[in-house]
Amino acid sequence: MVRFENVGLRYGLGPEILRDLSFQIPAHSFQFLTGPSGAGKTSLLRLLFLSLRPTRGLVKLFGNDVSLLGKDEVGELRKRIGIVLQDFRLLDHMTTYENVALPFRVMGRAESTYRREVIDLLKWVGLGERMDALPPILSGGEKQRAAIARAVIARPSLLLADEPTGNVDPTLGRRLLRLFIELNKSGTAVIIATHDITLMDQYEARRLVLHQGRLHIYE
Amino acid sequence: MNKGGDQRGVLMDLGKERPQVPAKARNVSPIVPRGSIAGRALVAVVAIMTFLASITTGTVLLVRASAAEWQSDVASEITIQVRPVTGRDLDRDVAGVIAAIKAQPGIADVRAFTKAESGKLLEPWLGTGLSLDDLPVPRVIVARIVPGATLDLAALDASIKQVAPSVSVDDHRAWIERMRTMSGATVFAGIGILLLVIIATIISVSFATRGAMAANRPIVEVLHFVGAGDRYIANRFLQHFLRLGLEGGLIGGGAAILAFGFSESIAGWFSGTPVGDQFAALLGTFSLRPSGYLILAVQAVLIAAITALASRRTLFATLDDID
Repeated sequence: MVRFENVGLRYGLGPEILRDLSFQIPAHSFQFLTGPSGAGKTSLLRLLFLSLRPTRGLVKLFGNDVSLLGKDEVGELRKRIGIVLQDFRLLDHMTTYENVALPFRVMGRAESTYRREVIDLLKWVGLGERMDALPPILSGGEKQRAAIARAVIARPSLLLADEPTGNVDPTLGRRLLRLFIELNKSGTAVIIATHDITLMDQYEARRLVLHQGRLHIYE
Repeated sequence: MNKGGDQRGVLMDLGKERPQVPAKARNVSPIVPRGSIAGRALVAVVAIMTFLASITTGTVLLVRASAAEWQSDVASEITIQVRPVTGRDLDRDVAGVIAAIKAQPGIADVRAFTKAESGKLLEPWLGTGLSLDDLPVPRVIVARIVPGATLDLAALDASIKQVAPSVSVDDHRAWIERMRTMSGATVFAGIGILLLVIIATIISVSFATRGAMAANRPIVEVLHFVGAGDRYIANRFLQHFLRLGLEGGLIGGGAAILAFGFSESIAGWFSGTPVGDQFAALLGTFSLRPSGYLILAVQAVLIAAITALASRRTLFATLDDID
């Protein structure tokens, strides 16, 4: 599904922050991406989400060489990727329900075909009572859960999550992990970038460790 | 297993926890909030531009209609001047010329100005109370042409010169040519002003679009994240700009149509004044024909469409810079 070969990344004329990355993300796989702060986890996620292009090496996503993709093709590939960012990126003028339903709305689906699904998921992530609330009045943890729900609602082929349990208590963290596991069981490849050792210890999965710009893989 | 797939079970089974679907949870918010676009200012700009464009077009239409009226009036008659020559009887020459003109095909009516009428024509230059018998005043004959008939001017000229050698024929070509030039210049100036108004509208709309896109950049980024293409995003913004353009066009075009609708009454207030008379001479009755009002309405819609097109072009250019 994803293949990196000798990939390097630098910002401008600065030093290379990701060096010689070579790995594969198979379909239906589950992995944690970890490493110290500043190791390049977010940059690697942005490479995977096609919002950054590598400065060298080959990146193939769903069989496509990303260096050859046009803007429209990038948009089409992104429809198959769900992403949870650390800053949530919720739309403040839309309710929690509308934010989570946004991927379906963009696809042009009729609301009656997904309404039940969105409400069920909101209940699952503990936002059943906050469906009509606007993001500015949600707590940090609630915003994070809404962002996660939005990323997983359309069941992407690949889910990228950057510190998805950083703002929630351990109980809810376990519940969210279970959501990712369920999503993975239904066929989505999951990459969770996290510092949280406790979270990683709860589920036996492949670990990708970034250190000083290089990637070490522990199967 | 991607977002397009509907053949799948529930992501998680909530069992007894499954909630009743609340009535309020629905998509009601627009993807791009209307309040985030500087709408009022843009509506005002488009309305003013449409008003100016409509006034320009309406005035051009009035001038053209008046010019066409003058041209048809002037072109439907010819003027013959019989100058007094020593040794010839002027009255006999005039009678002979009238007979020769009447003999020509295509002549509807011939009338010679009397001495008194000729005197009236000269009053602005020579003053009143002057005895014209002492002056070699030429006699003027006006011949009306049958509408649609083509007069053989060369034959007419030849036949009347046989009767009176001192005669000259004026078919007002120089005047018609001048009027054509004047109405052409008015139309040309009108088109120039229209172009300037349209360019100013496009620039204003482009700036407004850029401002709206800058204000909504976080929304555009999120839409990109959830897989929306540029076309989808541009269409969300375009709906707003098309509506704003239509509002502006309706206000500006409507105001101009009302202004022309009441222009006859307004012109009435100034009739009798030098300014009013000059305008009446230039623009006739100030009344637009029904086709003129239709042109103004089409123009207002056109400006709304230009607003939407300018906005669309800027949207795509700006979206290229946002990811």
